[in-house]
Amino acid sequence: MASEMIVDLAKSFPGRLTVEAQFRIALEPPRVLILFGPSGAGKTTVLRCLAGLEWPERGFIRVGPQVWLDTVSGIRRSPQEREIGCMFQEYALFPTHSVEGNIAFGLGSLPAIERKRRVREVTALLQLTGMEDQRPGELSGGQQQRVALARAVARRPRLLILDEPLSALDLPTRVKLRGELRNLLGQLGIPSLVVTHDWEEALALGDQMAVMKAGRLLQMGAPQQVFSQPKDAEVAKVVGIETVIPGRILESANGLVTVEVAGAQLLAVGTEELGPEVFVCIRAEDVILETVGTAATSARNRLTGTVREVSSMGALLRVGIDCGFSLSAIVTRSAMEDLHLVSGAPVVAAVKTGAIHLVPRQSSRTSVTA
Amino acid sequence: MNWTAIILTLKLATLTAAILLVIGLPIAYWLTFSRWRWKFLVESVVALPLVLPPTVLGFYILVAIGPQSPFGRFYASVVGHPLPFTFEGLLFASILYSLPFAVQPFATAFDQVDRRLIEASWTLGVSRLRTFFKLIVPLSRAGVVTGFVLSFAHTLGEFGVVLMVGGNIEGETRTVSIDIYDEVQAINYIGAAKTALLLLAISYSVLLVVYAMNRKVWAPWPQR
Repeated sequence: MASEMIVDLAKSFPGRLTVEAQFRIALEPPRVLILFGPSGAGKTTVLRCLAGLEWPERGFIRVGPQVWLDTVSGIRRSPQEREIGCMFQEYALFPTHSVEGNIAFGLGSLPAIERKRRVREVTALLQLTGMEDQRPGELSGGQQQRVALARAVARRPRLLILDEPLSALDLPTRVKLRGELRNLLGQLGIPSLVVTHDWEEALALGDQMAVMKAGRLLQMGAPQQVFSQPKDAEVAKVVGIETVIPGRILESANGLVTVEVAGAQLLAVGTEELGPEVFVCIRAEDVILETVGTAATSARNRLTGTVREVSSMGALLRVGIDCGFSLSAIVTRSAMEDLHLVSGAPVVAAVKTGAIHLVPRQSSRTSVTA
Repeated sequence: MNWTAIILTLKLATLTAAILLVIGLPIAYWLTFSRWRWKFLVESVVALPLVLPPTVLGFYILVAIGPQSPFGRFYASVVGHPLPFTFEGLLFASILYSLPFAVQPFATAFDQVDRRLIEASWTLGVSRLRTFFKLIVPLSRAGVVTGFVLSFAHTLGEFGVVLMVGGNIEGETRTVSIDIYDEVQAINYIGAAKTALLLLAISYSVLLVVYAMNRKVWAPWPQR
């Protein structure tokens, strides 16, 4: 199928991990692919190879009918020849040029009338009308971000590449622009690749998501699916599921399994095929804290433990609990005060059955043969 | 005052600075952006006139362009007269002598240009050459002016190289600094003082331009 992007590359740097990525994604209908992973995972390297700013030792890149890179047959398209639109992390706006000059920078080959029309079109689309003569330095972070995006899309690229598009913004602006960016990418209808380490951004923007860690691509799929069903413990850790602990399936019935985790028993959705050895994944947001002795709730998993530590994460607090194994929960400040969540305090952690995700784990064979 | 010498010197300095602008920009670009591992060899050659005694440099240039060398013979056969002790010979020597004074400020300025801006330009489909003129040079404006002005000012004051390569021919190779030397030899201190003052005034105003342009202290070599 021609309308597909195929990427297969390996790039090494002296003294660092070799970055390897192999994926393919359909370009019709245009999709947003998220490259997700912690910093140092090699996401930016993949992006730079796609943009032609880095040359992998071995690689093949085809976007639609165009081969951009083929180290076997020696095809190397320069960044200029790739028809891409890049938006860099810190935007890289040209301080020597006005907003209009920045947007029109790559339109030099077009006739003047068409160039003007394009600039008008994207300034309107990105709500930059009236700011054409301003310098990038005079704009707010959000406006700069829009100029960078306008500049990237003005050439009508085949592929849009966004490196951490929202990370340079403060949190409230980031939340606001996340939605706008989603709508905009939909409106533009250009296949896009977005690099991010923010899982909310990934969930909000992505149609597809590829998880990277330590230079390797671990899993690819729809973002929700990857987040809620990580393929293995490594992916689970990368996608930010705070509690990933080994467990053992004791019994299963009616699509539910009982898992033994460090002495405690948990009820989760799953079948025996997963086990017996599994990783139990629980997101901190899914853990509900109660005081000891509260009346029964619908949550089937109630673990008694003690608070080990409370740390701030912006408006919310992360509570580390020792209930035979270490479990993280996220609560509000008022909840912390109401429940007297201080270090050493007894607490009950409730987790709904559906919120426990089981990932198969390689079982050790030694006990079987012995 | 020897106006012939003054005009000749200004002409020499202007031509030297202009030619160095043309050849210094690509050299500086290459020195800044090349990833060639032996680049330091070229860097050292470019910087050599900074530390070499002018007489030594002048001597080698004289030998290199003289009728004994292949280049000297070739030049003489094409132009009709040998290169040493002519204005053209002097110009050639001045360009080599002032090369680091142009290339180093250019390279320092290029080095300070954010690479991400250059890459952004490339990904917008703008060629390397157009990126150079549309983005790198405007962003390095202060460094380019500094290099131009310094090579001009440095050429004004050269003495050793001029004496070795140009000699002391009135209207052809006698520059202001040689003229001052001659006046002092002739015990005409008034004449020497006038010319010296003029040279001081020109040099000072030229440096004023540089410092006013830069505000930041001029670094002699790119710091990497």
